[in-house]
Amino acid sequence: MEREKIISVKNLTKEFGHFTAVKGISFDVYKGEIFGFLGANGAGKTTAMKMLIGISNPTSGEANVAGFDVHSQADMVKKSIGYMSQKFSMYDDLTIKENITFFGGIYGLSRIEIKQKIAQLIEELELQEVANNLVGSLPLGWKQKLSFSVALLHEPKIVFLDEPTGGVDPITRRQFWEMIYTQAYKGTTIFVTTHYMDEAEYCDRVSIMVDGSIEALDTPKNLKEQFKVDSMNDVFLKLARNIE
Amino acid sequence: MTIMKRFIGFVKKEFYHIFRDKRSLFILFGMPIAQILLFGFAITNEINNVDIAILDQSNDIETQKIIYKIKASPYFNVANQIEKESDIESEFKKGKIKAVLIFEPNFSKNLETKKVAVVQAITDATEPNVANTIANYTSAIIQNYQSQKKQSNSNQVKVEVQSRMFYNPELKSVFNFVPGVMTVILMLVSAMMTSISITREKELGTMEILLVSPLKPFQVIIGKVFPYIFLSIINAIVILTLGYFVFKMPINGSIFLLAFESILFIISALSLGILISTVSNSQQTAMMLSLMGLMLPVIILSGFIFPINSMPLPMQVISNIIPAKWFIIIVKAIMLKGVGIQYIWKETLILIGMTVFFITLSIKKYKIRLE
Amino acid sequence: MSIAVNNISKSYKKLKAVDSITFKVNDGELFGLIGPDGAGKTTIFRILTTLLVANEGSAEVAGYDVVKQLKEIRNSVGYMPGKFSLYQDLTVEENLHFFATIFGTTIEENYDLIKDIYIQIEPFKDRRAGALSGGMKQKLALCCALIHAPKVLFLDEPTTGVDPVSRKEFWIMLKRLQQKGITILVSTPYMDEASLCDRIALIQKGKILKIDTPQNIINNYEKVIYDVQAKNTHGLIHDLKNYPNQYSVYAFGEFVHYIDKNATFNPNDLQTYLKNKNHTDIIIKPATITIEDVFMDL
Repeated sequence: MEREKIISVKNLTKEFGHFTAVKGISFDVYKGEIFGFLGANGAGKTTAMKMLIGISNPTSGEANVAGFDVHSQADMVKKSIGYMSQKFSMYDDLTIKENITFFGGIYGLSRIEIKQKIAQLIEELELQEVANNLVGSLPLGWKQKLSFSVALLHEPKIVFLDEPTGGVDPITRRQFWEMIYTQAYKGTTIFVTTHYMDEAEYCDRVSIMVDGSIEALDTPKNLKEQFKVDSMNDVFLKLARNIE
Repeated sequence: MTIMKRFIGFVKKEFYHIFRDKRSLFILFGMPIAQILLFGFAITNEINNVDIAILDQSNDIETQKIIYKIKASPYFNVANQIEKESDIESEFKKGKIKAVLIFEPNFSKNLETKKVAVVQAITDATEPNVANTIANYTSAIIQNYQSQKKQSNSNQVKVEVQSRMFYNPELKSVFNFVPGVMTVILMLVSAMMTSISITREKELGTMEILLVSPLKPFQVIIGKVFPYIFLSIINAIVILTLGYFVFKMPINGSIFLLAFESILFIISALSLGILISTVSNSQQTAMMLSLMGLMLPVIILSGFIFPINSMPLPMQVISNIIPAKWFIIIVKAIMLKGVGIQYIWKETLILIGMTVFFITLSIKKYKIRLE
Repeated sequence: MSIAVNNISKSYKKLKAVDSITFKVNDGELFGLIGPDGAGKTTIFRILTTLLVANEGSAEVAGYDVVKQLKEIRNSVGYMPGKFSLYQDLTVEENLHFFATIFGTTIEENYDLIKDIYIQIEPFKDRRAGALSGGMKQKLALCCALIHAPKVLFLDEPTTGVDPVSRKEFWIMLKRLQQKGITILVSTPYMDEASLCDRIALIQKGKILKIDTPQNIINNYEKVIYDVQAKNTHGLIHDLKNYPNQYSVYAFGEFVHYIDKNATFNPNDLQTYLKNKNHTDIIIKPATITIEDVFMDL
């Protein structure tokens, strides 16, 4: 059975002056997949991701996300994806409820829908006691779980997660991944970057970017076999080292 | 030796920051020029079709000719002919006319016999710039008439224009703008720029490293403010040069005294900037505090735009704690009246007192720890 | 003793960030504070670098009291705060030069100490720090913290947000610095870095849960952990959680870590259970215990 492609990237390139940050990468992501997008700092991950979520124009090449071209239909792309990053998750000076209401409003949810979502999220994440607290007062792990849920408010087809678990404690980190699994099970495609190599093992397929190009792309199991090592950490080290 | 090296190193770094932030640099130097030109332009504003009234007490051939010339000019519109002097006040109060021209009785006759005749131009000086311009234009028109008359008649005669200002006879705010703009700019550059640059280090986290270094608080402070003293002095020079050459603002007093007072004011503004940085944790807060807490009082309460003696008493009292007020008084005294320190020592002392107070306070408040 | 912390507590308003913490770091030791974001690591660093004053307790660094002998401490420690504080608009060389100057030294004077690290970023010395990648920024920040040859080095989460390759290189650099006699206190949220320290303190919610060598901490862990694997990981976790005798279940790399309540646990029973739940490719084998496992059970 041919699987449905939800992200399709062909020769995507981004140049900044003389510097080529992304060197003609091509790959596909299938519906309902957890796709790990790894790479060293400065390998071009963030640049590539910015193009996929429609906030940066490719210098050349094409990318199709959720059926829309990232260049000519950036608005449609933005409507069909969710995005969460480590740096910006939510407004620290608004309460949990206010944040949900705000983001719900941005994505055009009706007042009744927002109300339902608030009740549902607070119940699911067990935030009853802190629902009216400022987000800034929450532990990082809670914040990240909450902002993942907020990124899902408008039921996007794909969620982009940029280092969602950086600095989060091991237990919350796993709870976070369980949320990712549940969401993927429901058919949402997950596109995630991380510096935790154990998390790379949780992905269905993993791509590793080195110096603007994708040097490896396969399931964690196949990658380990291919590089004859025991863990994704070693795959990563081997790949990045060989280039230097 | 090490101390000097540290200081130079610090100042060098600070200049890198300043010169690499092209946008701020542009604002820093573009703003004074733009402001001076803006205010200067507003003051030398052309007048057009201003409504005036005429009281012609002789109604003879000469006055008719002059009135005809005035009517023909694009600047004035003779809205009213009034009959007696007692009507002048009520005409002004109606607010429609800006000036009244009064021709003395027996105008032609005086010109013939005494060789001099008087036209009085009374202007409404609540808008001092307009009043001044009207007086000048009236003189110009009458002089023009006179020179034409001279050509046709070798007889030496003179029409004298006496101008009188109603309501604000000294025309106080005409030369206000150069000292005023200078004060505002110096305050802005010194206080806002320093407070922002210090809070930026807090935001970046580099302040933590500076604190955990052998640098003493006053070394950090002096290192941070020194470049801004320098920039502020340049700004003051630019403003004064523009004022002098473009708008003919005289500098009658000693330039050295002016420089000394300016540096004194710059230092007091810098210490205010440091004070602001000690209470704000983000660049945004620092900017808001400088704008709201310093700029507005400087503009409103210093006498720059609104004359202090026409303010309600409580405001007049408050204006005394604004360093800018004293600085403006000093600058005007030096530039316009050409006085020396013996006439402004009191204001200077007040400014010195304030500066010392702010410096002490800001060094005291500057924390050697994070909280 | 390079660092001696005695019953330190620190509160911000209601929140108790550090709760009566005591530990010692020996001369030349590489000591790690291991704990997640918000555990109180940064507060400890700030107290030890004299940036904050503790509400209770006392602490000494390099033999100086952190409250009374502030000046001495500031002359003898190197500090790299979280998020690598550098001047983004200054070049690599200008940053280094600046920090050398304010510490009253020159780059040449202590070049030996930073040489190994600096040569890696030297090709970019004219580039602005803001344009460096995370790994290079981290190296530059370390050079800046070392430029005055400090006796004690404080590194607050130096590897957060840095890729695995740069992280590995960074730890090699730390080991070399340690050989040069510098005492290092480092914090990290990455549990896998714990094993690279001589001794570690596991810390959470302002309290120290354990202090020991990484190996001792692992050896003293009494429970048996099993690696479990099956084709459908998500379903596996779900089913393991419903297994009657489970003590804890969590994903761990390619495996799921399973701990049973009973010491008499028989893997074959679990195998049967999972088979009945239609799992395929089942593997159950004893796992190698890591600091992360210990941490999660505290």
